[in-house]
Amino acid sequence: MSDQQQLFKVTIDNITIEVPAGTTILNAARKIGGDVAPPAMCYYSKLEGSGGKCRTCLVEVSKGSEKDPRPMPKLVASCRTTVMDGMEVKNITSEKVLDARAGVVEFLLLNHPLDCPICDQAGECHLQDLSYEHGKEGTRYEFQRRTFKKHDIGPYIQLHMTRCILCYRCVFTADQLTKKREHGVLDRGDHAEIATFIEKSLENDFIGNVIDVCPVGALTDKTFRFKNRVWFLKPVDAHRDCPTCSGRVTLWNRGDEVFRVTARKDEWGEVEDTPDGKPGWICNTCRFEKKKTSDWVIEGPRLINRHSVISQGHYAGKVGTQMPTETFEAVNDGRKPKLLMDIHSVSEVNKPEVQLSLIDGPAHSKVFNQNND
Amino acid sequence: MSKKLLLEKAHVEGIRYFDVYRREGGYRSVEKALKEMSPEAIVEEVKKSGLRGRGGAGFPAGMKWSFIAKPEGVPRHLVCNADESEPGTFKDRYLMEFIPHLLIEGLIVSSFALGSNDTYIYIRGEYAWIVDILEQAITEAKNNGFLGKNILGSGFDCNIHVQRGAGAYICGEETALIESLEGKRGNPRIKPPFPAVKGVWDRPTVVNNVETLAAVVPIINMGGDEYAKIGVGRSTGTKLISACGNINKPGVYEIDMTISVEEFIYSDEYCGGIPNGKKLKACIPGGSSVPILPANLLLKTAKGETRYMNYESLADGGFASGSMMGSGGFIVLDEDQCVVRHTLSLARFYRHESCGQCSPCREGTGWMEKILKNIEYGNGKMSDIDLLWDIQRKIEGNTICPLGDAAAWPVAAAIRHFRDEFEWHVLNPEESQKRNYGLAHYADPIHVPVG
Repeated sequence: MSDQQQLFKVTIDNITIEVPAGTTILNAARKIGGDVAPPAMCYYSKLEGSGGKCRTCLVEVSKGSEKDPRPMPKLVASCRTTVMDGMEVKNITSEKVLDARAGVVEFLLLNHPLDCPICDQAGECHLQDLSYEHGKEGTRYEFQRRTFKKHDIGPYIQLHMTRCILCYRCVFTADQLTKKREHGVLDRGDHAEIATFIEKSLENDFIGNVIDVCPVGALTDKTFRFKNRVWFLKPVDAHRDCPTCSGRVTLWNRGDEVFRVTARKDEWGEVEDTPDGKPGWICNTCRFEKKKTSDWVIEGPRLINRHSVISQGHYAGKVGTQMPTETFEAVNDGRKPKLLMDIHSVSEVNKPEVQLSLIDGPAHSKVFNQNND
Repeated sequence: MSKKLLLEKAHVEGIRYFDVYRREGGYRSVEKALKEMSPEAIVEEVKKSGLRGRGGAGFPAGMKWSFIAKPEGVPRHLVCNADESEPGTFKDRYLMEFIPHLLIEGLIVSSFALGSNDTYIYIRGEYAWIVDILEQAITEAKNNGFLGKNILGSGFDCNIHVQRGAGAYICGEETALIESLEGKRGNPRIKPPFPAVKGVWDRPTVVNNVETLAAVVPIINMGGDEYAKIGVGRSTGTKLISACGNINKPGVYEIDMTISVEEFIYSDEYCGGIPNGKKLKACIPGGSSVPILPANLLLKTAKGETRYMNYESLADGGFASGSMMGSGGFIVLDEDQCVVRHTLSLARFYRHESCGQCSPCREGTGWMEKILKNIEYGNGKMSDIDLLWDIQRKIEGNTICPLGDAAAWPVAAAIRHFRDEFEWHVLNPEESQKRNYGLAHYADPIHVPVG
């Protein structure tokens, strides 16, 4: 089997890796990890046909392949372009890519309300991470943003279309997980909206998964709305014997209280595979109705490995926190990333000798008071 | 008098009906192709003719045909793209309305060459009356044995189906057209795979413009080599141009691509000059998506050579000082027209027609329209012009389909060539509501750099 599997050598940002033929550039880059992996707002590896729409994962192919070394004329969507043997790709080392990506981020934020302070997705929002990494501090847009009414689609899910970035992930989810898709995209252009036809509710055992795939806070869990911020919750892996799904979930607890239940997500924010290799989608019963610790068998703290607020340590020390892969220095000839702002220079509370980024887990007042003792 | 191949018989009385069309020499190419030629020979003949796609991009048609995958046991399809919705382009409508049998004839020959037993005409929904004309032509052809089973005893079966669109410009993009034909939302697909490998219902498909397929008829009748002698360079054959705007004789003209732009605008055989003795200010030579050119760059290239009505000459100078042949929608603007307002109306069109699938086009087109609206109605700022330039730059090339480019090019070209008019709008917000900027220097002889 392994003999038949042809391996292609691909170089992304000067880091070479061998991947099986047919792998997309994005997935090859994810194998390297860190900053080399292009951001993806619409691509979801577990959903067939997703990707290619948001254009945040654009990369420059500076050498097509060993056989045909010509560079590709345009930037390509790395989530839908497969690698060729000897291909050379530039992601964060290409000015063109960074420029185009900054443009895409600006476009995505044009009509996106910056209501992060009241949005349930804040802290684990992909758009938040994306704009933090690639966006500009201000906007050049001076017009009114498009707005929609909030819709309750079913008893458990609320659709806040104003926040939607039209990634189509929920449409693919409903298409591929449920027998009958009941929602889709109506209208076109910047007035396109995700909607049911017409104002129906979505009732399906697996429809709750649209909340997990949504990269922004457009689809939210009504049993969790406004109850808590995600970074105050402690994620623990748990399972139960569920007749409809795998029953493998992450519980988000505070104390003994289960605030919400989600599928287990990997470092790219995608649903993790179950041991038998299928995506671990969970059913509505597990997600919305089993909200007591006694419903579940707790396995232990969930390791979160993501460049996001929620990965910033949920327990003291290293438990529950896994440092994300860092590739920035490898790609940029050993240069460290340039910080937009050094907290030490503006804050009197922080001491210059305490490097926040070097502390394991959340910073505690003890860290700063050490010298005073 | 230039040579006419497509519209030569368009005004013979009753040419819309089979009997007259047949009497005038119609369907000869079907007889010749099905009885004497093999499918490969037809493709070869089209390749030799140098026929380029007439839908806008100008991709060699024979080349496109030879790319079609031929897996065993999988049906192939030919789709005729009659979703002509580009502002300023109405050549296909004219051809289908007046001489529908020419398209049907071209379709039969092309279907035979490509091995398509079910051929589709995807027609723009607004062309409701042409659907009836085409349906009638298809029925007549069928009744006379040119369609259906075992055409002319050759053993080749072919049926043509007419499918109406529902009013979306994006469905003229070939993969969006295919999605729409399959009954889905007309969102362009991500390429590759190309339609030649996976098209309609994942079968190999060729999508061609109406005029391209009609041009197959004279190619088969006269031979590819003979056809290639018409025209100049890589612009072979004849091209339909739909002329509109400030001209005395708007309409559809067939040209053999050897005449100059100046002749096309001013000669009585074609547009007949500009009415009321006005002067030429600008022109969009190939449908709304191609860059607009000021009069001086339109009649002469940046090097000072005469510009001709063909693919190469119109594109001379790249986007810096040239334009494109596009789909042949020739829009002429006289000195009374306002370029800012004109750009606004194009931007409004593209905002309305963006499918909303990929972010740069979905958000960028709306943004450009709003800024242009501000400038046009006297609320603009100087920085808006640079902002527009930056937005179009970030849309172009970063989208799934060419609609993003098509939305960006007109704005880019308007700012490139008419920046002073935009600035005048910003600096004179009140005056610009009452009068137009006028001709300014756009018709002045251009400076030719030495060397």
